[in-house]
Amino acid sequence: MKTTVFKIWRGDETAGNFTDYTTEISEGMVVLDAILDIQAAQANDLACRWNCKAGKCGSCSAEINGMPKLMCMTRLDELPLDKPVTVEPMRAFPRIRDLATDVSWNYRVKKKIKKFKPRPPDAPDGTWRMAQADIDRVQEFRKCIECFLCQDVCHVLRDHQKYEEFIGPRFLVFTAALEMHPLDTEDRLSELKQAGGIGYCNITKCCTKVCPENITITDNAIIPLKERVVDEFYDPLGTLLKLFRPKNLRGEDHV
Amino acid sequence: MANYETLEHDVVVIGAGGAGLRAAIEASVAGLKVGLICKSLLGKAHTVMAEGGMAAALANVDDRDNWKVHFADTMRGGQYVNNWRMAELHAKEAPDRVRGLEAWGAVFDRTADGRILQRNFGGHRYPRLAHVGDRTGLELIRTLQDHGIHQGIEVHMEHTIVTLLKDGDRVVGAFGYDRERGRFKVFKAKAIVLATGGIGRAYRITSNSWEYTGDGQSLAYHAGAELIDMEFVQFHPTGMIWPPSVMGILVTEGVRGEGGVLRNKEGKRFMFAEIPDAYKSQTADNPEEGWRYTQGDKNARRPPELLTRDHVSRCIVDEVKAGRGSPHGGVFLDISWIKEKIPNAAEHIKKKLPSMYHQFMQLANLDITKEPMEVGPTTHYIMGGVQVNAETQMTNVPGLFAAGEVAAGLHGSNRLGGNSLSDLLVFGKRAGEFAAKFANESDAGQIHDAQLEEAAHEALEPFDRAATKAAGNAENPYQVQTDLQEMMQSLVGIVRREEELVRALDELAKLWERSRNVAVYGHREYNPGWHTAIDLKHLLTFSEAITRSAIERKESRGGHFRDDFPNRDAADGKVNIILRKDADGSMRTRREPIPEMPEQLKQVIEEMK
Repeated sequence: MKTTVFKIWRGDETAGNFTDYTTEISEGMVVLDAILDIQAAQANDLACRWNCKAGKCGSCSAEINGMPKLMCMTRLDELPLDKPVTVEPMRAFPRIRDLATDVSWNYRVKKKIKKFKPRPPDAPDGTWRMAQADIDRVQEFRKCIECFLCQDVCHVLRDHQKYEEFIGPRFLVFTAALEMHPLDTEDRLSELKQAGGIGYCNITKCCTKVCPENITITDNAIIPLKERVVDEFYDPLGTLLKLFRPKNLRGEDHV
Repeated sequence: MANYETLEHDVVVIGAGGAGLRAAIEASVAGLKVGLICKSLLGKAHTVMAEGGMAAALANVDDRDNWKVHFADTMRGGQYVNNWRMAELHAKEAPDRVRGLEAWGAVFDRTADGRILQRNFGGHRYPRLAHVGDRTGLELIRTLQDHGIHQGIEVHMEHTIVTLLKDGDRVVGAFGYDRERGRFKVFKAKAIVLATGGIGRAYRITSNSWEYTGDGQSLAYHAGAELIDMEFVQFHPTGMIWPPSVMGILVTEGVRGEGGVLRNKEGKRFMFAEIPDAYKSQTADNPEEGWRYTQGDKNARRPPELLTRDHVSRCIVDEVKAGRGSPHGGVFLDISWIKEKIPNAAEHIKKKLPSMYHQFMQLANLDITKEPMEVGPTTHYIMGGVQVNAETQMTNVPGLFAAGEVAAGLHGSNRLGGNSLSDLLVFGKRAGEFAAKFANESDAGQIHDAQLEEAAHEALEPFDRAATKAAGNAENPYQVQTDLQEMMQSLVGIVRREEELVRALDELAKLWERSRNVAVYGHREYNPGWHTAIDLKHLLTFSEAITRSAIERKESRGGHFRDDFPNRDAADGKVNIILRKDADGSMRTRREPIPEMPEQLKQVIEEMK
């Protein structure tokens, strides 16, 4: 049977290095299969996260040959196997052990974003009516599996470590899903501008490129949010007009 | 108290999938201090894998639907060994629970008039599954997660519980460790809700993740709770079978709900050949009628591909055995054929089944809009589990509750697709509510150091063995797990017979012995070898429970098929099989009559026949 060498980063928050493992490969194998084989046979204590092994839970994020990817959805036959495959943890987050990183920052950020606040039910049966066309985009954002690869690749976080000032593409998408939810009445624009640091995003679209769910993060979520923030805070005429408009109409023309 | 970090809560929920999150939210509504413990990161639990939808008689698509039809469908699907009270509560309360999710921000697919859209699924008479494409589970868990994090719930991510702590009869806490650092922790609680899900990890071919090691069933059993119906394991008919590395990954029943058909290698739709009597009157007898059903024709009956999962799985096994299977030992599932029926079929399929399209494209290089998929049965769900009170979800151990897959009763011998997501909403809520009530009425209880020391000692033994045993004499925990999976797959799988089940008990005894000899190398920090070693006790406990129950039930019903007793047995159909840990530590089996169903529910079933 064919074998391939995997260079896997082993270590903890203080130090580490790449260790070579050779393992057999078969048709259709993904990187996660190789990691689990190595774990079972050669390195029982090799730390990595995984759950569904079907691209639905977003646990097994790593950098494979330098590219942020889900290990469970990266087929070996799409990688050059004549040289070793490198697998290392996401670089934007503190290391815990081997391939597991400390992603708790993401959970703290989400908690700070104002929750969904629906308008009162207004259909005769005590619920709401929503047209499919009005929720298509929100549903796109809600496909997010929270793998945090977009956060990992975003240079504002990865290179400039603006964790205190910028919430990152994941939470801009999350905010967009709330802001564009047809039932939502909350206003998150000033937070987006201040604590969210939306201005830091300079639309390089790296996040969109790595999204395993193919969410059009930059074009569909971040840019419309930027437009809303601009309308809200930097458009003097608009600001004047808005004084005379009810809140729930605001920004609808950008959806 | 011994030198372990101690965290105090009123209610502790173990497991943060749909049931656990729903329970934690409900307990927090009561104003209590709630802790939520999960083995993975929050939002990654197995619920994300649920694809098709959640069953609730909202009657948005077909106004003939109501709780009575849903109740009767659930009982028929479970072949009448269900806990009828749970089935009644479930059918009545599911619609409100689904609407509740919408109020928390869930965005379901819509009908033309803007209501929640519902789709067809196996065993449901009318289109009943509220859904979001084929990623309903993700929508559900994310909605609960995003709502729950604002409820003041303390979430303990990446923690494993190794034992429940008792004070006399009642449960007073849980003992475990954080996976990241390997430090032991004591979780004191007045009430505990188990919401740990299922057991699929005991089988080689499974749709379940590593987390599904039956922790809750095992924790409850060792704490004195009763397990029930453990022989009823659901093998989902359509798992991926090729390439080998994806074997077992689920292909949603929604494919068949949208018009997908099953064919053997001769191209024949074999499901028409054998339609069970109980379903004859509701099932189409020709392909044309079946197609019309999937397209919403209210006068058409459902195609036989949408019969219950136990039946479809067995038909697939029979086709393969008869030499009519696909090249890799399954059958063909074809949705691409609908291009004969509708324009823009490819776009339609991608819209209705986006993650299936994606999954096959990426993992199997196969375009499901153009070619049929190869599929075969995969271990999916356990209908049995911890026995609970239908109203409160409390077990026979005071203060210990269970909800979702870990609990038993609702589904009888076979679960209908879509009933699990509604199960975890309905009974997750109830468990949270009644655990809170129990906590309010109870004092904190006493934690006993001896229990902690014993559990800590047991958990650390694998490290001691690594230090003392010569390398060749110790077992690798992964190898023991793999051997267990092979054994359960071949001896306690879809088709069972007495001598194999008895042999399985012998094999289990050997595996128990080997599990006491596993060694773990390295440190306690994030060490999956250690985690696997600790999981073995749970895996072996419920594997033994499944096997013993399977021996006891000498008939075929739902997810339990006995080659040596291929028919249903009227006497066996009136009992549940119950397991309890004896004083001497051995597993005791007992038969208990199913309580008589009240007249009005019997009438409902008669009306719906």
